[in-house]
Amino acid sequence: MSMQRRGWQFWAQLCFTLSVCAFLIVPVVLSALAGVTANFFIGLESGLTLRWIGEVWDLYAETMFLSLWIALACLGVTLLLGVPAAYVLAKQGGRFARLIEETLVLPIAVPGLAIALALILSYGEFRDFRASWGFILVGHVLYTLPFMVRAVLAVLASMDFNTLEEGAATLGAGFVYRLRTVVLPNARPGILAGSLMVVTLSIGEFNLTWMLHTPVTKTLPVGLADSYASMRLEVASAYTLVFFVMIVPLLLAMQWLSRSEKRLPRNHRPTLDTEHE
Amino acid sequence: MSESTAVHIRQCAKTFADGTRALAPVDLEIAGGETVVLLGPSGCGKTTLLRIIAGLETADAGGQVLFNAQDVTALPVEKRNVGMVFQSYALFPNMSVRENIAYGLRVRKHTRSQRAQRVAEMLSMMHINELADRAVSQLSGGQRQRVALARAIAVRPRVLLLDEPLTALDALLRERLRIEIDSLLRSLGITAIYVTHDQAEAMALADRIVVMSQGRIAQQGTPRDVYQNPQNPFVADFIGTVNRLRGTLTEHGVHAQGTLLPLGKGLTVSATKEVDLLFRPEDMRIVPAEEAQFIGTVSSAFYLGDRTRLLLAGIGDAPVMVEVSAREPIARGTEVGVSIDPQGLMMMPGTPS
Repeated sequence: MSMQRRGWQFWAQLCFTLSVCAFLIVPVVLSALAGVTANFFIGLESGLTLRWIGEVWDLYAETMFLSLWIALACLGVTLLLGVPAAYVLAKQGGRFARLIEETLVLPIAVPGLAIALALILSYGEFRDFRASWGFILVGHVLYTLPFMVRAVLAVLASMDFNTLEEGAATLGAGFVYRLRTVVLPNARPGILAGSLMVVTLSIGEFNLTWMLHTPVTKTLPVGLADSYASMRLEVASAYTLVFFVMIVPLLLAMQWLSRSEKRLPRNHRPTLDTEHE
Repeated sequence: MSESTAVHIRQCAKTFADGTRALAPVDLEIAGGETVVLLGPSGCGKTTLLRIIAGLETADAGGQVLFNAQDVTALPVEKRNVGMVFQSYALFPNMSVRENIAYGLRVRKHTRSQRAQRVAEMLSMMHINELADRAVSQLSGGQRQRVALARAIAVRPRVLLLDEPLTALDALLRERLRIEIDSLLRSLGITAIYVTHDQAEAMALADRIVVMSQGRIAQQGTPRDVYQNPQNPFVADFIGTVNRLRGTLTEHGVHAQGTLLPLGKGLTVSATKEVDLLFRPEDMRIVPAEEAQFIGTVSSAFYLGDRTRLLLAGIGDAPVMVEVSAREPIARGTEVGVSIDPQGLMMMPGTPS
């Protein structure tokens, strides 16, 4: 029994891990392949083609542009609302600020469908608004805003920005100047992380959007559901592939950002307390 | 330097939003070019007073801060032209050392060449030329403090405010920077207000010490004055080490523990009263038993190198601390006689027993 060295548990665990991985990865590969296979029911021997991707482009290009557009608009709004909100919350501190922060997080806990329903009940009668992409934007902002606020808040909390701002003020810097030269540059990692999060979440959002959309305001994930229900399997798979290509770079950027954050030393703490001269 | 700035503080009090009184109405006059140290335990209001002078905190209604004849009470911090050094340094982590020092000059729209020249001046004044292009995160604590000082001084502030600038440093470095700050303040001739809880630091740096306790000024005076003539028990206890004996004051002198101690010259007594006698360890001498005012038993002896500190039991309620020259070793349990230098004898109204 030469395998005794590692013990049978090791091999059992390895097998288990590999099969779980395969269980997760095989559908992704199959789905991606289906998107570029000429005929999925015949199989790969029918040949590879970009035809389905072309068809997806013809049918659904609009949903991709709308998704990107809403994601960017959502980013704009969350930056405008979220960064100042985080600043005020961090500055204020105390129980009231924490209460507000918790309230902001509520939309994450409440199912998207419920939020969508509430929005429709409240604003559904404003027909022009209901029919525009702005309606979906409102839902996305509600859902993503807490992520922006939290990301910025975390950075602000880690750098004692109050004292930094006081330092700048004693040197003669007014509020706007301090914000521009001290607060925002130092909060940048948090703003960046929050931004990537917001864009990624907005592009992938389905729950809310599915309830809020109209036939003319269809985003990519809604289009996906639509194609799964009504299109050939190859078209739906090709569509999925396109979604992947859009979302994966964002996810990678997020990972990379959080890692480079950890590598940076925390700036404001002295690393050595001895003098070198 | 242009003419120095005197600071006048009139009836400045501070009550926080939750109702706590950080500062009772305080009056304080600081002459131009003077170095004043606000000294006290944490929570005594010294930092609050400094922040009111800086403009980082507003005094309660009725309080006034004047720089020379100018009322700056309503002036926001960025318009007061003060320099401030924080305990946590507050250097901007997104800027290099050079950019940190130039920050105030940039705010004041100095030209690039003016800035470069002033920064170079500051770097060599603080002996940190080689650090100019370092990031803040690459500096040690002492280096950070030098940069923070350079940054505060670069703008030629009217008043330099220092909030426990040395507290975060280790003892050796603290001593060295204290000497540097002292000579810096002397050479600049700038009005400086320095907050600390460390009495040794205060004694070394101050032209005048303002001792604070519970939001009030307990005493102010030169370091010598505050050390030698404390006006109340708090100051006596907080500055230096002090021994305390209960006594009764009569026209002949002070009776304490069965001994009559003569009074210093010039003291007259109108009525008998209970007093606390205070005297410092260095004002006592070991004497032969027949000359001794008190006899005590050595309960502990600490050899400090330059002197030996003895704790004597059997004199008062608490052990009495005596400092003697370190030459001859004194064993625990030895009975020694001591006498107090009349010059070093201080009296306070007696504390009720």
